[in-house]
Amino acid sequence: MDHETAMQRDRAVTIFEKGQAGRRAFSAPAIDVPERSLDELIPARLRRKSPARLPQVSEPELVRHYVKLSRRNFDLDTGFYPLGSCTMKHNPRLHERVAGLPGHARLHPLQDPARAQGALALMWGLERALSELAGLPHVSLQPSAGSHGELAGVLLTRAYHAEHGEQRRTVLTPDTAHGTNPATVTMAGYEVVKVGTNAEGGVDLDDLRAKADRDTACLMLTNPNTLGLFDPNIAEIVRIVHDVGATAYYDGANLNAIMGISRPGDMGFDIVHFNLHKSFTQPHGGGGPGSGPIAVSERIAPFLPRPVIVRRGGDGTNGSGREFDLDYDRPKSIGRLRGFQGNYGCFVRAYAYICSLGAAGLRDASETAVLNANYLLARLRQLGVTELLPPAYDRICMHEFALTGGPMKHELGIRTLDLAKRLLDHGYHPPTVYFPLLVDEALLVEPTETETKETLDAFAQAVADVLREAREDPEIARNAPYTTPVRRLDEAGAAKHPVLRQAL
Amino acid sequence: MAEASYPSDLLYHPEHDWARLDGDVATFGLTWHAQDALGDIVFVDPPAVGAQLSANQPYTEVESVKAVSDVFAPLSGEVIEVNQRLSDSPELINEDPYGDGWLLKVRIADASETSGLLERDAYVATLDE
Amino acid sequence: MTRYTAVTDADRQAMLEAIGVASVDELFAGIPQEVRAAAPLDLPDGLGEAEVYAHLRELAARNTSVEDEISFLGAGMYDHYVPALIDMLMSRSEFLTPYTPYQPEISQGGLQVMFEYQTAICELTGLEVSNASVYEGPSALAAAAYLAKLTNGRSRFVISRAVHPHARETLVTLCAGYGMSVSEVPVIDGVTDLAAWTSAIDEDVSAVFVSQPNFLGAVEDLGPLIEAARSHGALVVCSADPLTLGILEAPGVLGVDVCVGEGQTLGNRLDFGGPSFGFFAAREEHVRRMPGRIAGETADVDGRRGFVLTLQTREQHIRREKATSNICTSQALNALAGVVYLSWLGREGLVELGELLAARTAYAREKLAALDGVSLLHDQPVVREFAISLGVPDLAAVRRVIARCAVDHVNPGHPLAIDYPEYRDGLLVAVTEQRSRADIDQLAEVLGRALATERAAAETPSGGAEA
Repeated sequence: MDHETAMQRDRAVTIFEKGQAGRRAFSAPAIDVPERSLDELIPARLRRKSPARLPQVSEPELVRHYVKLSRRNFDLDTGFYPLGSCTMKHNPRLHERVAGLPGHARLHPLQDPARAQGALALMWGLERALSELAGLPHVSLQPSAGSHGELAGVLLTRAYHAEHGEQRRTVLTPDTAHGTNPATVTMAGYEVVKVGTNAEGGVDLDDLRAKADRDTACLMLTNPNTLGLFDPNIAEIVRIVHDVGATAYYDGANLNAIMGISRPGDMGFDIVHFNLHKSFTQPHGGGGPGSGPIAVSERIAPFLPRPVIVRRGGDGTNGSGREFDLDYDRPKSIGRLRGFQGNYGCFVRAYAYICSLGAAGLRDASETAVLNANYLLARLRQLGVTELLPPAYDRICMHEFALTGGPMKHELGIRTLDLAKRLLDHGYHPPTVYFPLLVDEALLVEPTETETKETLDAFAQAVADVLREAREDPEIARNAPYTTPVRRLDEAGAAKHPVLRQAL
Repeated sequence: MAEASYPSDLLYHPEHDWARLDGDVATFGLTWHAQDALGDIVFVDPPAVGAQLSANQPYTEVESVKAVSDVFAPLSGEVIEVNQRLSDSPELINEDPYGDGWLLKVRIADASETSGLLERDAYVATLDE
Repeated sequence: MTRYTAVTDADRQAMLEAIGVASVDELFAGIPQEVRAAAPLDLPDGLGEAEVYAHLRELAARNTSVEDEISFLGAGMYDHYVPALIDMLMSRSEFLTPYTPYQPEISQGGLQVMFEYQTAICELTGLEVSNASVYEGPSALAAAAYLAKLTNGRSRFVISRAVHPHARETLVTLCAGYGMSVSEVPVIDGVTDLAAWTSAIDEDVSAVFVSQPNFLGAVEDLGPLIEAARSHGALVVCSADPLTLGILEAPGVLGVDVCVGEGQTLGNRLDFGGPSFGFFAAREEHVRRMPGRIAGETADVDGRRGFVLTLQTREQHIRREKATSNICTSQALNALAGVVYLSWLGREGLVELGELLAARTAYAREKLAALDGVSLLHDQPVVREFAISLGVPDLAAVRRVIARCAVDHVNPGHPLAIDYPEYRDGLLVAVTEQRSRADIDQLAEVLGRALATERAAAETPSGGAEA
């Protein structure tokens, strides 16, 4: 290990292994009320016998530990994340500032709505904007993430069919679907039926016609799909589904390609979910939080989760004196998916983003996302990369494209995984790997609109460099990375003998 | 096991399971193709001795780092022995899928069910599709 | 071009040339006319940063936050003090902006934080495994229900009416998909009715659910409740308030299968209800059915200690329709705040905080119970929240009393009748370490005055409430 970096030499030590008995960062306020023995207040038998073995550190130790730890992370502010299906676009700091205003950040969710009019007005404004983007009239901001929004959508479908005295059994989903779709379907009590993909990368219409029947509750898909391709038959697909009385659900994970250009409601969908942590700049936070609002058609609206935000007469003459309110009187509602109103902190950020961009800016974002993706693909072609990593489907892509590493594996003896690990040494987060499952040795690339042409050029060059290096010596990529805080990790070992907490 | 191999003395199920017959006792396991597709196997939890298996039905799952897969019974029968070494060393399935990586032994219920299984060449042909 | 995109005319020309099309419009040629937007989005024009800030500030000014009043509102989320170092850490680029750690070599910061968080939650709850967080409290309870369903396949759940109303409602909503039914057990004297609980449980019950402390602030006697469930082989799920686990016995020690809860009180803001995080811990035997992400320890090729996401086959992206849940996002940033907060409180601090909360809450309860017409809804042991009856006729009267207190910039608590019609004049009062003795004294004074005014108004012939 002659070439160890400083960070590699710095071995991982958890906060539990630091500190000493008696150290503390917290000073409890003095007890200013009459002292009572705890035994008097809470019987001893209900009380804790041995304390939780939390760390004992001073404040400087605590700060140093976590700041040093942060430096072992790559992040979007630092570098490029062409992660297909994730939409890693720039996170403006303005959003942190406004979300941190005490009027937003320190507002209790059960505050009297009359004294939370700013929050309700903001949520109303966000709903109207999302409604406009979706082309559907009614919105709920409640779901906590995209997959939560999907679950809402399928439960809404269930309620809709029950209202019509029907109990359907299956949900159709394309075999290119994101993993969350099938899991959601099972949790909602339905069976997954997979629909095939045709040679052009779109839904196989014949297969769809064969499988859509009176047992079908819903079709769930995303357009553009997970291959980054817009299905030109989308209107026909939705018609087939509606003809058998099923609902059509649109997974909004790929909305970044079509904002202001095409609307799921116009394509005929009944339910759409948005990922505020994708197209709307909610920072990913290393894996959450997110938010997954849904927009629905008129016929689905009665079943929306409660409460619903309503706008009463602004002049207060209806007696409540308030312009916005939370309406719980929703007899057909599916109920609740979580506590309170949803991830308001995410709403503030998304709302600020929409205010910043406006109609023209949102359209610009999508146009630029699609332009950047197509340009990056063209650049990779120019550099000869696509001879070893050909596009899975040779068409104009939308905001992302899928490459297959099959030829690279065959000719150079390195896999998509090895390419990804070697790209880490070049200072990039690699694209999404091994998704969609339909594509062999898949690499799914989504640059987003906030990257410059220079970054795209540099990334394409880095990929070309890795391939050229592999042609001479494939072992280098196979053992990459070399310069990251740790090198390739034993994932099989972690799963075989799981160690899921610090031994104390 | 680096090289694909499919012993000719075994019978194969299209879902990538094999059976070795010895009188009325059959040994079951996963084929080379199955362990190769799954990658490093990390966990398998077979049914207990005495459990009844039905041909063509999944009787357990095998888990690798990247996937979980159903394991299908090639034949019906009662479980009489389970490979205990797999709980500590599931990687035996990768290293020696037809030998030390065997899953379990059953007393088969109906010998005629073997007609539903494939000979080695027929099974290998399905892999090329 | 906006301030976030960078395609100049020169860039565009070069890019279109490389692609081989004449215009950006051509890239969208594959979208049929019939599904094109007929008109531009009907949204206001974009604004510069300063204007956006002014607008968001104006909206903030229309909200009464805990900085604008002395607040005793709780009922699931609480105004605890969050140290400045948490704000600083959560705003660092390296924690705020990365993606989920699917490339572990460049995500050791985030993965180690998850590992530390999981350790802290196991310590708090007394259970063997914890995941890296789920969305929030009520959906964590519903996720525990799904784990029970996968484990024993029975058909029914039993839940105490003293569990948070949002959690109860969420469970019912999700059970429409699970295909299971929910039976509710009543509350007596502020705690779960043990006799009714015991007779509600049989071999058909997959899991039982109880809160500690419960929604009414009462400390439940979990032992008998757990025993009744285990004797019929039902899983026991306890939804616990993490900050009280410094002084209350750990649910794991008492024998629960799963402990979940709302994590907002651990270093997270109120944020009008979210984002926060839910914690999910369980006995070892349930680990392969646990939802969400889990970080595990391992080594790299050179033997360096490192961390990876593990047991990922349980999650949606590999098992797909057989997944243990559909959770794709966790709450990594909020869980970071959680583990930092617990490390900040430290081993002794968590206990001291609990003792302070109990002392102040006891004091507040006594002062309010001494007010004219006010009585305790229950006198069970409490830690940070208690329930009183205000001695007024109904919810409308309670709201008028609260409105009067608002004029004096005091928020006395949450009206119970909203979710518990049987407590028609009930009020849930929360006391955090941010509420000093002086604040409590002021609450008593302001509430006392508001009640007196309400009663006087009710007695006058016109019956009209004064504004």
